[in-house]
Amino acid sequence: MTLLLAIVVGVLFASAVYLMLRRSVLKLALGLSLLANAANLVIFVAAGLTRGQPPLVPEGSTTPPPDAADPLPQAMVLTAIVISFAVLAFTLTLMHRVYQEGGSDDVDDLSEADIQ
Amino acid sequence: MNGLVLAPVLVPLVAAALGLVAWRHPDLQRYVAIGGAAMLLVVGIGLLVVVERDGIQTLQLGDWPAPFGITMVADLFAAILVVLAGVLAVAVVLYSTATIDAGRERYAYYPLMMVLLAGVCGTFLTGDLFNLYVWFEVLLIASFVLLALGGERAQLEGALKYVALNLVASAVLLVTIGLVYGLTGTVNLADLSGRLDQLEPDGLVAAVAAMLLIAFGIKAALVPLFFWLPASYHTPPVAVAAIFSGLLTKVGIYALVRVFTLLFADEAAEFQPLLLTVAALTMIIGVIGAVAQHEMRRLLSFHIISQIGYLVMGLALFTVNAMAGLIYFLVHVALAKSTLFLVAGAVKQLTGSFELAKTGGLWVLKPGLAVLFGIAAMSLAGIPPFSGFLAKLALIEAGLEIDHVLIVLIALGVSLLTLYSMLKIWNAAFWKPLPTDLEPFADGAAAVTPERVARTRLALMVVAPIVFLVACSVTLAVAAGPVFELAEAAAVQLMEPAGYVEAVLGESS
Repeated sequence: MTLLLAIVVGVLFASAVYLMLRRSVLKLALGLSLLANAANLVIFVAAGLTRGQPPLVPEGSTTPPPDAADPLPQAMVLTAIVISFAVLAFTLTLMHRVYQEGGSDDVDDLSEADIQ
Repeated sequence: MNGLVLAPVLVPLVAAALGLVAWRHPDLQRYVAIGGAAMLLVVGIGLLVVVERDGIQTLQLGDWPAPFGITMVADLFAAILVVLAGVLAVAVVLYSTATIDAGRERYAYYPLMMVLLAGVCGTFLTGDLFNLYVWFEVLLIASFVLLALGGERAQLEGALKYVALNLVASAVLLVTIGLVYGLTGTVNLADLSGRLDQLEPDGLVAAVAAMLLIAFGIKAALVPLFFWLPASYHTPPVAVAAIFSGLLTKVGIYALVRVFTLLFADEAAEFQPLLLTVAALTMIIGVIGAVAQHEMRRLLSFHIISQIGYLVMGLALFTVNAMAGLIYFLVHVALAKSTLFLVAGAVKQLTGSFELAKTGGLWVLKPGLAVLFGIAAMSLAGIPPFSGFLAKLALIEAGLEIDHVLIVLIALGVSLLTLYSMLKIWNAAFWKPLPTDLEPFADGAAAVTPERVARTRLALMVVAPIVFLVACSVTLAVAAGPVFELAEAAAVQLMEPAGYVEAVLGESS
């Protein structure tokens, strides 16, 4: 399972980088969203995968069973998902405004502020 | 519980919330922001006094003992930077009241500025790697909006590049945090400090360190990761550019210093050649970029990069003296840089242009402003007796102590070019007479004449923040003795992380 997810992470990163290197602003947005998802998946996989062992403390005990899943990476991924969702929403709005102002979705045309 | 550690985060957040409540009353938002910035400076100074007197202060949020909960930690380095953030906040918010247009004020300019400050202070004070990422995102999203607010075409295009590259940096940081957690099972910085040392040295720790160097390197605008900065920093109003140049790249440097001293002290020697190379290239490419510019804000933007190189040099040398030099340099350059941006804004108000070819005559027409610029510019270039000279002297001495002559020579050479580029602004905006063949402005306003420049009076809230920052900069030089002692104490704390670890974990054991 870890190997499969590792491959998925790799494919996601590769696709994200490919999309971000395209000149279309929309593909940049898609690339950024894939990148965020890939990063979240890395946290999930790197912290170790546990199947069917929720970290619940059984009745009469004070600690969860020793082989329970680690809840912390899930909390971190959840936080990161919320943040990346908000940032992506902002990015899409920004891109729409850039398109309205500049009349193009080609990054090469958006050179007004570039290094001269 | 020690609430003072959290105060520098809470004060601006409360000010932001109050500002949003007063959504329809920009006047009220202004006063709230001024109050918030002043309070931030006060609690920052309070925190610095307490940390100086009683040692490192910690706060376990929700009373969860470290390393299980989120820890806020204030050591001397963090406290000094919080005071710096307070000083810049006061200056920039006051400057904003006179220069930010009604349109921007109506769309939450001041609350955003406060959120930015909360994010910056949160980054300085957190003792948790994941929490560091969260604070970084807080300051980033505020900076995204501040950069794009106003919706001018150049701003939007600059913002797009800034957003895209910073999001890549955030993703790299997030991946690294995942790997660190996978390696050690913790994200508490103090806890990590011990656990990373116990790991088998199989290259994974070095890989993690390299990834953090890339993530924070993008945010600090190190060569070759700096391209977002000159594409975006010259587009927003100068007040925004001033606080960005004073604080944001410095947050990246802060994070680098924190992780390299606390987590990767063992790996620092391996990274030294790389860091020295990066430092040299950052200094040189930044200053060459600056020399080639003809627009004040673009020139100053490239200078930010060049000065970051000096800070990386301090980190690369990795001795107590170098760290002390880095801390002193950081405070000095943030003050000088923000001052120069604010002066550029004043020059634009007087002559109507940021272009060096279209300005001039201010030495005769506005000698006061010329003197203020002169002090900040000479300080940046490192002319004695100003703070920049002392800062560079400290770094160069630290370099010579451990026989790194090449980087010292490069630092000195770059200083000369810095002086040259400052003279370029001086000659064009202040020394040469105002050009007589100026075209009228695109919006139909008549071309500026010396009489009109002389008649134009700068608002009090344009001049006062510049005077305030220059006064802070001069104080830094006059009180160099005590300030340097403080920087050295902070450097000792950084280079001996045992004290930091004990302050965080000691309470729980």
